[in-house]
Formats: sequence, C-alpha cells, structure tokens
Amino acid sequence: MSASTPANIANASSVSRDFLNLRKDFPILSTVMNGYPLVYLDNAATTQKPRVVIDALTNYYTTTNANIHRGVHQLSQNATEQYEAVRETVRAFINARQVSEIIFVRGATEGINLVAQSLGRIRLTPGDEVVITAMEHHSNIVPWQMVCAQHGARLRVAPMNDAGELLWDEYESLLNEKTKITAFTQISNALGTINPVERMVEAARKVGAITLVDGAQSAPHTSVDVQKMGCDFFVFSGHKIYAPTGIGVLYGRRELLEEMPPYQGGGDMISYVTFEKTAYNELPYKFEAGTPNIAGTIGLGAALNYVTAIGLDRIAAHESELLAYGTSRLQDIDGLTIIGTAAQKAGVLSFILKGVHPHDIGTIMDERGIAIRTGHHCAQPVMDRYEIPATARASLGLYNTKEEIDALAEGIRKVFEVFT
Amino acid sequence: MSDLRELYQEVILDHNKKPRNYGELPEATHHAIGHNRLCGDRITIHLQVEDGIVTNVRFEGSGCAISTASASIMTETLKGRTLEDARHVFETFHGLVTGKGCPGGAAAELGKLAAFSGVCDYPARVKCATLAWHTFVAATKDQDAPVSSE
Repeated sequence: MSASTPANIANASSVSRDFLNLRKDFPILSTVMNGYPLVYLDNAATTQKPRVVIDALTNYYTTTNANIHRGVHQLSQNATEQYEAVRETVRAFINARQVSEIIFVRGATEGINLVAQSLGRIRLTPGDEVVITAMEHHSNIVPWQMVCAQHGARLRVAPMNDAGELLWDEYESLLNEKTKITAFTQISNALGTINPVERMVEAARKVGAITLVDGAQSAPHTSVDVQKMGCDFFVFSGHKIYAPTGIGVLYGRRELLEEMPPYQGGGDMISYVTFEKTAYNELPYKFEAGTPNIAGTIGLGAALNYVTAIGLDRIAAHESELLAYGTSRLQDIDGLTIIGTAAQKAGVLSFILKGVHPHDIGTIMDERGIAIRTGHHCAQPVMDRYEIPATARASLGLYNTKEEIDALAEGIRKVFEVFT
Repeated sequence: MSDLRELYQEVILDHNKKPRNYGELPEATHHAIGHNRLCGDRITIHLQVEDGIVTNVRFEGSGCAISTASASIMTETLKGRTLEDARHVFETFHGLVTGKGCPGGAAAELGKLAAFSGVCDYPARVKCATLAWHTFVAATKDQDAPVSSE
C-alpha cells in the first residue's frame, strides 16, 4: 500500500462501509467535543486533513526543507523535484494540457485576483463588461468590482430563480460584444447549486468572452476536466480538498497566460534583472514571485493522490446519497426551510428555522459537538436575494455519515426545544 | 461549556420573542448603525438625549437571540440615565459578558442585564451581546460610519 492509499478502500464490501473506513484516515475525527463525538459538517468552509497529508508536511520539514529553483545543494534539488512533481499531479487531476498552465497560488481567491488584475490590464477598456452570476462568493465578486472600477468597465450580474438556479435566458441575454470576461462558480458555496458550466462557457465564447470558472467548491466534490469544460481559467483551493491552507491552483490557457503581464514582481518570476529592465521568466514561473508555499504544495499533492485513489466519482456518489438523505430528514422538520433547492445540487444543506436566528442554531449545535457554519457564507448578495440575514449550513465531505445527519436533525430538534 | 439554559435564560428568550422599544423614534437626536461582521447582523439605535439625559431610546434591525435581547434590555436600562451613568453601566456589563469581572459590587446594579452572565462561556457570542451597546456609544458620539462590536 503506498503512502497515499486510503485505508481499506479495496477490501470493504459496500460503498458506505468503504467511506466509514476512511474516517480512520482523519485523526481529528476522533475528537470528543463537549462530551459528544465531533460531527464536522463545515466542509464547504474547509475540510479536515487525512494522515497522509499531515505526514507529507512532517516528512518534508523533517527530511527535505530547502528553497526551490535555487542552489545546487541536494536538499534544494529534492525540494524542487517534489514541488514540481505536484504540478504534474495537478495537471492530471484537472486534465490540463501542460504543466506550464498550472500556477500555484494561495487559494482560489488569489487565483481570481491574479486573473482579474493581470487580464484586466490587457483586456478591459471603458465601456467593456464583465459578467458574473447572482450566486457568487465574495471572492468572485469583489476582484471584478475592483478591476471594473480601475478600467471603467461595467460589472453585470446574471440572476437566479428561487431555487437558486441560474436563469439561462437572462444569462445569455447579458452576453454581447462588450462582454470581455465572464466568471462564475461551478458549485455555489451557499446554496449547493451546480451550474451548467460547459454550456455557460460555450455561450460566453460565442461572443468572444474569456471565461473563468471558480472551482473552490467543485474540485473536492466532482471530477474536473478543464479541456472538456472549455474554460480559459479554473481556480481551486487546496484546503477545501483535504490539503493544507495557503495553497491553491490557478489553471490558465497557455496562450492567455503568455499574453498576460505578471501579477507580482520578485524572485523566481524573472530570468534577468538590471535596474533598467527585467526579463520575465517563462510560464508558469512568471506568475510565482517569491518563495512559494513549498510544504503546502507537497501537501496538496498528497491530498490529490488521496482523493484520486478513492475516486472523485465515488466521492460524488457518496455525498449525493448523503445529500438526498439529509434533504429528506430536514424536510420533515416543521419550521425548517431549506435555502437552495436546485435540481442539480452538491452536498450543501443551507437552512433557516422559524423564529430562530442561525447564530443561535450554531451555538446550540456546537454545544452538541456539531460544527456547522452560520452566517452569510461570504455571499451577502445571495442572502439579500432571499431577504434573509444568514443561514445555517451543513456541508458534506467524504467522511460524513448518515448517523451524523441524524445527529444534525436531533440537534435541530434541541434548538426548537430551547426556543419554545 | 455550561448548560445552554445558562446562556438562553428565560428573560433573554422573552426579550428575543417580544423586543421592547423596537422601531423608529422621530424625536431622536442621535442615530448610529452597528454591524456584526461575523454573522452579518445590523442594528440601528435611535437615541433622544436632553440635557445629558437619555430621555428615549429605540432600536431596529434583526439579529440573533443574544443581540436582540441585549438591545431590548439595553433600551429599558438606559432610559432616564445620564450619558455618563450609561457608559458606566456598559463598562460593568462588558466586564460581565467578557468574563473579566465587574468592578467591585457593580454586578448588583445590572438588574436584568445580569441575565447575560452565561455569555462569557461562549466567546463567539460576546460580540452579539455588546453590539447594541457599542452602537449606542457610537450614537452618543454622532458617528456616521457603521460600528462593529470588535
């Protein structure tokens, strides 16, 4: 068994037992919280880390730690090799054409900011338009607002219906020759909606717009193929896919990345520097100024190997089964309303309770060892759309179980008990 | 962690369900908006001050049980007090909810506010309990920018 192989996956008899066995791979899941077993249902915020990822960090710092792309000493070469090997792991994971299209960043947020700022400089002029959707996370709204303000461009927002589904006709009618960039999420963090990204990219390309897909919520829960998707850019965060925080990926189509100016200046992104002029390094290093998160990158590699060994399709099927179970359990509770009921939906259960603020729900759940997110989920426009200040959100990961959904339902019953 | 009933005492649940002094105040001389960044809650305090005395205070907005009850009980507590006295009560209340303790014997002056004694066991909820008070202080200073209970 290799270091990245999940425990017992091959020997177990049923899918749910396979996934039950995987819980052993995550040391934190054995935590007892306020006398209850920890029920971690905040995976859309960040996921827990399997032992193989924690070990990868420890091993790196114990045996390899050195700066990369410099130095002839052996540690530096080892570190460089391990770091660059992850680029190939990522390329294969999202099926990019070449490793030079994989840029390591801090997370999806930094990836979007990089594209907005760098691409904005060469593509946006006054009167141009950038199209996003009504279900975006703040990180796919604010960078575009900023760059639109800088270049006199206009930000346009495609609306959604009450279920949280994109209104296709409205989206299509927003696209025109002024649309230079469209940016949208593949899966909504607040609602769980799965967007028809391939169609959305195709429609955007018809008017010549460049497309960015925010994969922060999709990469951990569904298999990603950027070539099939047809997008120009795709971003995701490591920490939402069982990897450490502070590491993420920007995929960009090579021709565009070549054309784009660097986002930050510094070491590693240059090939030659004088005080008069600097020649930039080749891709992908042009966009990786400064010493990167080497350990985090190696941890990301371990995490991607881990989920790949399980299989993204199996993870998606497991989470989909849990979502269906959770939806039916929650629907049965009087006074509970699920927010986000798209026909195509991933493992997010956002809900509100009659007469109880989500913040109070969160505290009572926490008392019972259940970690859920309460608040606006960094998607205030989504909350405004439903005219609510916040929701409580349970979001699923590969290690969650039906018993944990039952604990959630029982916790909700307790909330009503306190508040009546 | 203590029992949930320590946090959600009857008086808090009652003020959450039936907030007192809720709504606009046309005679108000001061206003301020408070914002809890953690949960997105917003509260507006309308304050009427005459000769350094709080003659009336009302609030609007939506929030969790702790912040709603805190705002409601605050409005009851503040009416008729001098601004100086009001700030003194806030200091005592702040000591109570942050668990830093109330200055010598001051806890006895808190009255209904003592119901928030359970909050200090829930650090994430201190901001909820103090949002209305921070907003009140901002109103007395005629602060235009929304305040947060940082």
